[in-house]
Amino acid sequence: MGTPVKTEPLVLGIETSCDETGIGIVRGHTLLVDAVASSVEEHARYGGVVPEVASRAHLEAMMPTVDRALREAGVKLADLDAIAVTAGPGLAGALLVGVAAAKAFAYGLGKPLYGVNHLAAHVAVDQLQHGPLPKPCIAMLVSGGHSSLLLVPDVAHGVTSLGSTVDDAAGEAFDKVARVLGLPFPGGPHIDRVAREGSGSAIPFPRGKADDGTLDFSFSGLKTAVARYVEKNGGSMNIADVAASFQEAVVDVLTRKALAACRLHGVDHLLIGGGVAANSRLRALAQERCEQVGVRLRVPRPGLCTDNGAMVAALGSELVSSGVSPSELTIPADSSMPITMVTA
Amino acid sequence: MLVLAFDTATPAVTVALHDGRRTLAESTVIDARRHGELLMPGVSAVLGDAGVAREEITHIAVGTGPGPYTGLRVGLMTAQALATALGVSSYGVCTLDVLAYESGLTGPFLVATDARRKEVFWAEYAGQRTRVRGPAVDRPGDVPGDLPILGYGAKLYPEAVGAARIVAGAPEHPSAAALAALAAEEIAAGRTAGAVLTDPRPIYLRRPDAKIPGPPKKVTVL
Ligand SMILES: Nc1ncnc2c1ncn2[C@@H]1O[C@H](COP(=O)(O)OP(=O)(O)OP(=O)(O)O)[C@@H](O)[C@H]1O
Ligand SMILES: [Mg+2]
Repeated sequence: MGTPVKTEPLVLGIETSCDETGIGIVRGHTLLVDAVASSVEEHARYGGVVPEVASRAHLEAMMPTVDRALREAGVKLADLDAIAVTAGPGLAGALLVGVAAAKAFAYGLGKPLYGVNHLAAHVAVDQLQHGPLPKPCIAMLVSGGHSSLLLVPDVAHGVTSLGSTVDDAAGEAFDKVARVLGLPFPGGPHIDRVAREGSGSAIPFPRGKADDGTLDFSFSGLKTAVARYVEKNGGSMNIADVAASFQEAVVDVLTRKALAACRLHGVDHLLIGGGVAANSRLRALAQERCEQVGVRLRVPRPGLCTDNGAMVAALGSELVSSGVSPSELTIPADSSMPITMVTA
Repeated sequence: MLVLAFDTATPAVTVALHDGRRTLAESTVIDARRHGELLMPGVSAVLGDAGVAREEITHIAVGTGPGPYTGLRVGLMTAQALATALGVSSYGVCTLDVLAYESGLTGPFLVATDARRKEVFWAEYAGQRTRVRGPAVDRPGDVPGDLPILGYGAKLYPEAVGAARIVAGAPEHPSAAALAALAAEEIAAGRTAGAVLTDPRPIYLRRPDAKIPGPPKKVTVL
């Protein structure tokens, strides 16, 4: 069957898996616009994301954000070749708002719908900045909900999980430690900032599972060690040293395991994605260690690492140009969509 | 005029198409957990049954609740996005008003739907199309007065509301056919910003559940 495949499809991506209403528009690998409305400030006073608050905010923000994205990109809805949306994983009620919008746009415009995996989208987004992904590559996804090492032969067709966290996600550890240190939510960026004034080798925090021979992670022991340290040294501690030493422990293990995955699978391209990839120390240490062993490192700019609509559009565009079949209008929002499933 | 109407504020996922005189097609599935999966296929099936192309739709009407939030948002998000994609206007109608209209009752009465957590969403009507109080959310035993009452919220709690008050044979869930007919009448009469037709925005009636955590916890409970 010879349906001609568009090589530079114009795709709108919708992301509502957590607290950001993200709308991105891409043409092929070119980013036209990445519009985000965040409810993070509404959640900050609760110290975490409140699902019902997030879902309400997505419904409020959706149409204004879509309008803004179309306007800034100079694109009309009718020009689109496809609609892509995060189908999972994420908060069920939040995902459902995006999926409902995407189905209505796709049906109303008579355009194909792609329900996509949020984690695969965190990988695909790098194409917008650094061009086509090397096939294969190793991807390390480090975000608020996930810490995974993936083998990615071709992001449009599937990824294999090589290892993941057995307890807290890396971003979750950043957020929880930030709370112990009295820093605002979400804590990752604050730890990153405060740590710049401190020494990463001041306190020898534990490196969970660092030498256990697996590609799995564990951050809950580290988090507890930091909390104990703070409890014991509260008044006299140097918060910058605590932040820097905690951060060093996380990024030390992350980079070691990522390079172990490259070595094990004979792959010489490493991609880091997800919100924690915005961390300046992770970026620097990964660069240093990759250079030492001749692995090429790709990390999208920080704005593309946290949740956004462009990453969903980027994966959608890849699916269209790879000739992958669109999703049905019956697809559910799948809060625990497995990483091995790229489309719903 | 071709009004596409749907409501997802109750366990019924209901869709209908109305031409200003009659219902051309309708589809209703009762499934409280799959609004997101059922609604668009329902729209597609109704248009298919009526032999109408989506471009022919002139207006969209959607139930604004009150109703359980996750399902409710599916209807509202769909109405907003579909209206934009088709370039037509969309209107909201309070879901309890749809049940009142559908009942055809003339005297004063109450409508109640399930609000979960042992509560009901309710409103009081002076007649089929005149809401005089509500919508509100309360325990079924706290719904005031002794007027006749209809809707699934009454049926769920016969003891609390008083079984004798429940209107026999009245609809339990709203039907999109009634919603479409009501909206079509209002649109035809030019009342597009009146008491019945509103913006397609949700009626929640409760604040989101959220606890503000205490000060940072000790190690053991972290
Ligand atoms: N500079 C930084 N340093 C460390 N962590 C950071 C930084 N910037 C953001 N983060 C962390 O990234 C996380 C948010 O990332 P992202 O938006 O990708 O996660 P999520 O969407 O919540 O989770 P998931 O993608 O797994 O569903 C938060 O935990 C935040 O603290
Ligand atoms: Mg994410």
